[in-house]
Amino acid sequence: MNPPPAVTPAGAAAPAATPDSQAAHAARADHHAARRARGPDMGVRAELARAALVAAKDLRIEMRSLDNVPAMFFFALLVLVILSFGFDFSTAKFSDVGAGVLWVAFVFPAVLSFGHAFALERDGECLSGLRLTPADAGTLYLGKLAANIVFMLAMEAAILPLSAVLFGYDLAPVLAPLAFVIAVHSVGFCAVGTLFGAMTARTRRGDVLLPILLFSVSVPLMLAAVRTTSAVLNGGGLWDGLTKTWLVMTCLFDLVFTTAAWLSFQYLLEE
Amino acid sequence: MSLPGPARADRPGWLAAAQMLLPLIAGGMAIATLYGAFFYAAREKTMGDVQRIFYFHAPAGIMCFLAFFVTFLASIAYLRTRRRIWDIVGHSSVEAGMLLTSIVLLTGPFWARPVWGTWWTWEARLVWTLVLWMIYAGYLLLRRYTDDPDQQARFAAVMGIVGFLDVPIVYYSVHWWRGHHPLVLKVSGGGGLEPTMRIVFLGGIITYLFLYMALMALRVPLGRMEDDLRRLEASSRARARGRRDMARVT
Repeated sequence: MNPPPAVTPAGAAAPAATPDSQAAHAARADHHAARRARGPDMGVRAELARAALVAAKDLRIEMRSLDNVPAMFFFALLVLVILSFGFDFSTAKFSDVGAGVLWVAFVFPAVLSFGHAFALERDGECLSGLRLTPADAGTLYLGKLAANIVFMLAMEAAILPLSAVLFGYDLAPVLAPLAFVIAVHSVGFCAVGTLFGAMTARTRRGDVLLPILLFSVSVPLMLAAVRTTSAVLNGGGLWDGLTKTWLVMTCLFDLVFTTAAWLSFQYLLEE
Repeated sequence: MSLPGPARADRPGWLAAAQMLLPLIAGGMAIATLYGAFFYAAREKTMGDVQRIFYFHAPAGIMCFLAFFVTFLASIAYLRTRRRIWDIVGHSSVEAGMLLTSIVLLTGPFWARPVWGTWWTWEARLVWTLVLWMIYAGYLLLRRYTDDPDQQARFAAVMGIVGFLDVPIVYYSVHWWRGHHPLVLKVSGGGGLEPTMRIVFLGGIITYLFLYMALMALRVPLGRMEDDLRRLEASSRARARGRRDMARVT
């Protein structure tokens, strides 16, 4: 990419030029002017940088207000407590029912977080402001998704050790594969949740609609999450038998739904 | 402002014919399939007469898949062209598909109870159908709770696409989840069926195909009329507002 020579009128730059090269020069100047008007860069890296900006904005809001993650944490903790009433852990082994307990505690608070992410933009017409930026709709989606993933993982990072204390299982030996399994499934859940969060924020009864849409579409993800978490809690490896199949399916799910949401996000943001 | 005239009341001839003939054919085929199921098809060896519900159960399952596929295509077409008709087709097809899925879910237990000894079991195909039903119930709820018609159409189209992308993933996931559970009936294109059974089964498929087409032929024009009504209401409201403003000025 050659930078434009100077911001002089095309004709004045080369008085002795033939009409042909003058026209070419004028065309080039127009092209560069258009480029300047559109912004510094339209490439993939620039879009990713913008997505990072959107994510950073959400993280900064959360750092300053602490509106979201602490509430998610307490909700998740309450779910753990309530489920401990439902299962008798003095007799049941945690590795048998633990996967279900953990995932219920992870996904219920996360749903609230997805709703919050766009309620934030709706107040004070922030979404209109975001749409005026040079970022694509898909870029906004990626930024929102990144922030949601960070929030969900932060909550899970706090809840996981606490669950080991509350239910008395040995976390240390399974920590690495467990963390991997939780992260992979959380990404997929956030991918769908961010899409439906944006949708339901602009409907009536969005708070009810969001979990209905989200949980029905993420059924395969939940099956995979519970099965792989259970396998890992029982000391299985990530590449054993069906666990590998589940993980491949989850990666496929993450990929398909992130792409679909990224492509269709523009239709959700139209006025 | 061009108002749609009384146009839709005098429908084109082919549509009037379709609206009359398709339900008649569907009804006739239903009676023929009923007769075939009870008097023509051979009695199944182990399950006995209970198995005869199969001719109404399985074809509905196949057709609901077709209905949701039509919605998937119509959703893509709507987002590409923004023509109202595609939104109406997508919506109508989900309604028809929900009816068919409900038939599958309701006829299933009547078969399962005597054969398996339980109304419901968490078998892969049952779970898959239930999840399918819930995804498209979500689609209909999403439409109900979205007020702005354009937004409603766009949201529904995105849901129609995302929901359908989920269908194969759900299918495989519930199969792995249940391990290698034996299938209820290994049917591949009616290949494993006894000849008389195969004929009645095909009759069932044709019945539901015509039922689906009949429902669409009735529902899509209804959707257009709803659109017209909404436009008329909006324009009469706007005119009333205009008159009020004029009265205030003079």
